[in-house]
This record gives sequence, C-alpha cells and structure tokens, in this order.
Amino acid sequence: MITLTRRYRFSAAHVLARRDWSSERNYAIYGKCANSNGHGHNYSVEVTVRGELNPETGRLVTLQRLDALVKARVLDRLDGRWLERELPEFEREVPTAENIARFVWRALKGEISPATLHRVRLVETENNGVEYGEEDGEQG
Amino acid sequence: MLLTRRIDFSASHRVWRPDWDEERNRQVFGPGSAGAGHGHNYVLEVTLRGPVDEDTGMLIDLKQLKEVMESEIGGRFDHRNLNQDTPYFRDRVATAENFAGVIFDLLDAALPGGLLHRVRLSPTPDLSVEVVR
Repeated sequence: MITLTRRYRFSAAHVLARRDWSSERNYAIYGKCANSNGHGHNYSVEVTVRGELNPETGRLVTLQRLDALVKARVLDRLDGRWLERELPEFEREVPTAENIARFVWRALKGEISPATLHRVRLVETENNGVEYGEEDGEQG
Repeated sequence: MLLTRRIDFSASHRVWRPDWDEERNRQVFGPGSAGAGHGHNYVLEVTLRGPVDEDTGMLIDLKQLKEVMESEIGGRFDHRNLNQDTPYFRDRVATAENFAGVIFDLLDAALPGGLLHRVRLSPTPDLSVEVVR
C-alpha cells in the first residue's frame, strides 16, 4: 500500500462546553477549556490519502488538487474562526480535537477520487493530537 | 516487533514529463516542474518488522542496517540530481511516490528477506509518502 500525507495549518478559537450543561458541569468535564471567554490553538492537520499511482504522473493525487481542496473545504472554513460561534457544525457538537478531526474527515471524504481518504490527524498542541479514518470503519 | 531507523540526505530533482509542454507540466506538477529543478533535505524512516533474536535481544544488527541504508540510499542519492545522476527516473516521473517505491525496492533487495516493512520518505516536513509491504 502507498499513502501520501500532507500537513496544513490553521488557527482557531473555541470554548469546550455544552450549552445544555451548567458551568460547573462543563468545568468538571472540560477543565480550563470551558472558560467562556475562549482560547485558541495553532492547529495542524495531516491528511493521508491512499490508492494507486497514476501511471502517467507517478502521483497518488496532484498536490495542486489536494491543496486546493483542503484550502476550500477545510482551511478557509476554520482558519481565523471562533469555531462554535461561527460554524453551524459546532453549534451542537463541542469543537474538541476529536470532533474537529471528524469535521475534516466529512469535508474531504469522497472528494479525492480516484484516490481514497485514509486518515486525518488533527494536532491541537505539541502534546496532543487525534487520528480518525478508515481504521475506524469509515469509508474514505 | 517494529524497528525504525532514520537517515537524511539532500538531493535535487525536477518533477516533470519531458513529453509534455511547460504549461501542462506546471498545471499538473506545480512549481516543482520548473526547468532548473530544485532540491530537498529528505528524511527517510525505514521500518523493519520481525521477531527478536532471543540470543541477542535484537531484531537486526543496527550496524548492518546502518550500512545498508548508507550504501543503498545515502551512497546513491545524497548530493545527487535524481533525474541526471541516477538511472531510476529515466522512464518515471521523479515524484515522492515513485522515489519511495524505488527506495523500498532497493532496501528490500539488500536486507534479509521479508524484514522490510515500511519506508516513509519526507521531502519536506509538510509532505511524506509511505510504502508499506
């Protein structure tokens, strides 16, 4: 199997809190991330695709196409935003690293044909990151 | 058990097809297709997979692995032009994907049978390609 991984960056703000929970409960679950004044991260997102090499180009997917797709469907939507205030996807879904990774997965799956989306790795800080993808039973 | 060893080397290349005009090359391969070529500090991570020798507690003699990586990869590609100084890209485009495939085959032939599990080649910190057996 051959895979290609490309890393992108964006910065965004968020508050980790459920609107249907009290402030105490949100602090108990999310800790200081529940501060209602918000905080932000310099995120990086690693997008991994798999598939067959195009015999003509020797590429799984052209970087031009992958970059343009990720910019339009992910970076332009997330970069410089306050996630749960500005994106309808995070009105109900708390913008944890896990949920942002699934947002990126849904934004890109099926879009890279004939290559297949294999994995999304979302890194929130140097110390924590999450991965989501085909190994979770998803169809890329 | 998996064991990974890393090596870095610097090389230049041009990602293009000589049978396409400049415009088409630029559309498909981007700035990497430009005439003068360009270079990278490549990082290569080589992962072996196999049983641990119970006498030595080792999967492989690291010195042997280091020598294979230095002769097969460093010796062939470090400070070379992939298109002009090596025979591997005469009939295939010098993409990271093709380069990783070439590296996998070279190492697989030089290492004890079936031990090579994966190569990960990173032309830049933002791009990597993995070939897994």
